[in-house]
Amino acid sequence: MPKILLITFGPSEAAVASGFVAKLGGDVTVLALAATGPSAYNVLDAGFSEIPPSDTISTGVADIARDYDYVAAVSSLAAKDLLARLAGHLDWPLVNDVTAISGTKEFQHPVAAGAAVETVRVAGDGVILTFRPAAFPGSPAGGVGTTEAISLAVSSGSRRTEAAAKSGTRPDLAQAKVIVSGGRPLQTADKFEQIIGGLADALGGAVGATRAAVDSGIASNELQVGQTGKIVAPDLYIAAGISGSTQHLAGIKDSKVIVAINKDPGAPIFEVADFGLVADLFEAVPELTAQIRQRAVAQ
Amino acid sequence: MKILVPIKRVFDPYAKVTVAADGLSLEALGAKFEINPFDEIAMEAAVQIREATGSVEIIAVSIGGSEGEEQLRKALAMGADSAILVETNDPLDSRVVAAELEALVRELSPDIVLMGKLATDGEGNQTGPRLAARLGWPQATLLSSLSIVGGVAKVRRETDLGEEAVELNLPAVLTTDLRLNEPRYIALPGIIKARSKPLERRARATSIQPHSVTVGYASAPTRPAGQRVNSVSELVAGLNARGAI
Ligand SMILES: Cc1cc2nc3c(=O)[nH]c(=O)nc-3n(C[C@H](O)[C@H](O)[C@H](O)COP(=O)(O)OP(=O)(O)OC[C@H]3O[C@@H](n4cnc5c(N)ncnc54)[C@H](O)[C@@H]3O)c2cc1C
Repeated sequence: MPKILLITFGPSEAAVASGFVAKLGGDVTVLALAATGPSAYNVLDAGFSEIPPSDTISTGVADIARDYDYVAAVSSLAAKDLLARLAGHLDWPLVNDVTAISGTKEFQHPVAAGAAVETVRVAGDGVILTFRPAAFPGSPAGGVGTTEAISLAVSSGSRRTEAAAKSGTRPDLAQAKVIVSGGRPLQTADKFEQIIGGLADALGGAVGATRAAVDSGIASNELQVGQTGKIVAPDLYIAAGISGSTQHLAGIKDSKVIVAINKDPGAPIFEVADFGLVADLFEAVPELTAQIRQRAVAQ
Repeated sequence: MKILVPIKRVFDPYAKVTVAADGLSLEALGAKFEINPFDEIAMEAAVQIREATGSVEIIAVSIGGSEGEEQLRKALAMGADSAILVETNDPLDSRVVAAELEALVRELSPDIVLMGKLATDGEGNQTGPRLAARLGWPQATLLSSLSIVGGVAKVRRETDLGEEAVELNLPAVLTTDLRLNEPRYIALPGIIKARSKPLERRARATSIQPHSVTVGYASAPTRPAGQRVNSVSELVAGLNARGAI
């Protein structure tokens, strides 16, 4: 049976990976970089309170990874940064953002801003993969594995002088069940927060933004959704004042239900929307927020 | 100081890309080829370092077919001092490209390799860190700001939670994200001047083979057409019926 090393960067990743590892097939060991709870799999717990920069832990991770057939991680910026360096150390192939598996060495992933899906065949002793959990639904594996504390070697390299801090109390885009996103026409940070944030709070959801909104300084950069931002897969995605560029759509196509609110009936966002409302967002979104709040009171 | 900027030739990122009839390649009918936007940002960043710190030599390099000269000429027009085209029609993957770049780095000894975080066509997302690992150099990917102070790169980089600040000793591999800068517009005189700058064509330095090959492409699955609603109340009713709220 092939050996799979699943590298996790946060506590919920091992659980969402169950569908993927079941499809890949093999004996799973989790290398938990950040402190994590018990898992269905056997865990090597590196237990960092703050994961050090990739270039300082990559040789230590490579020493562990060498003995496995597959090294995998849930797609994230952190995972891609570390696993690409790992691919350099081990000289193994790496396929990012895997959405389907068609053989022991054959994988599919989106390319060209989601315009096409490429099938890649890889060769070599081991294979490194990052994958999109939404493409591999599955119920969490049962049972409880063993946990072994390990001390991962940290070498010199780049030095973090200021850590990123999660701001606010809204759910993370990656895990959110509901996302409300806004685009360029929101004009100011205050309006963005009031209108987009207001609807998100009424729905208990997260806030997202287009690159145009981020670039014009009305939304912070970690909210960017799309090819070069976050890839999301909520149950409900509401896009207000978003034209629907290929780069933005690349990040939202796995959403279950997409709602578009745009005043231009010809906006491309309507081509992917399950529900399209041609309206001025400054009227429609507050009205939607009010109706959602009313329902909550009525229930 | 010396900066090496790798340049990839890609379809215009705003063009509509489709799968060719044989399913083996991508095409963008009538679209122009451009410098991968992240590489263009890397070029701009290199020029800005020169403007801020004085004497910096910038070398642009591309690996691929002879048509890559077009993008290298543009890099020269943006401010590169010289360009190298590693000319080959061999199949390339990030392993091969990283190995060829490694050979160039060992020959030219740059202080920084400044490159795009990904190419918008293949979205491999890995050549920079692969190169850094091969060289044993520190890396910082996804830069949103960059300054060089006394042989140290001080950067801010995008993370899953927001932004962090990192310092690295040179030599290092740095990769760019979109917010790092807005590449300058190149006026005609710059393009004409670039014609006389040195562009060297040479053969590959290694015989390393790709370890990932494209089996084929399929069009991305499309979502079934949705419905138009005429009012917010109709929208709420529709979402309710779908169990979405
Ligand atoms: C390499 C590359 C990577 C990129 N990556 C990303 C990415 O990850 N994510 C991303 O989002 N973009 C990305 N982009 C940018 C992308 O191409 C678009 O420019 C961007 O998504 C547009 O954002 P927008 O929809 O907010 O703005 P616009 O395109 O300006 O659209 C605004 C929309 O709002 C509508 N509107 C205006 N006023 C109102 C109103 N009062 N009420 C209702 N509707 C209104 C308009 O009709 C229009 O459709 C990338 C681009 C490149 C080149």
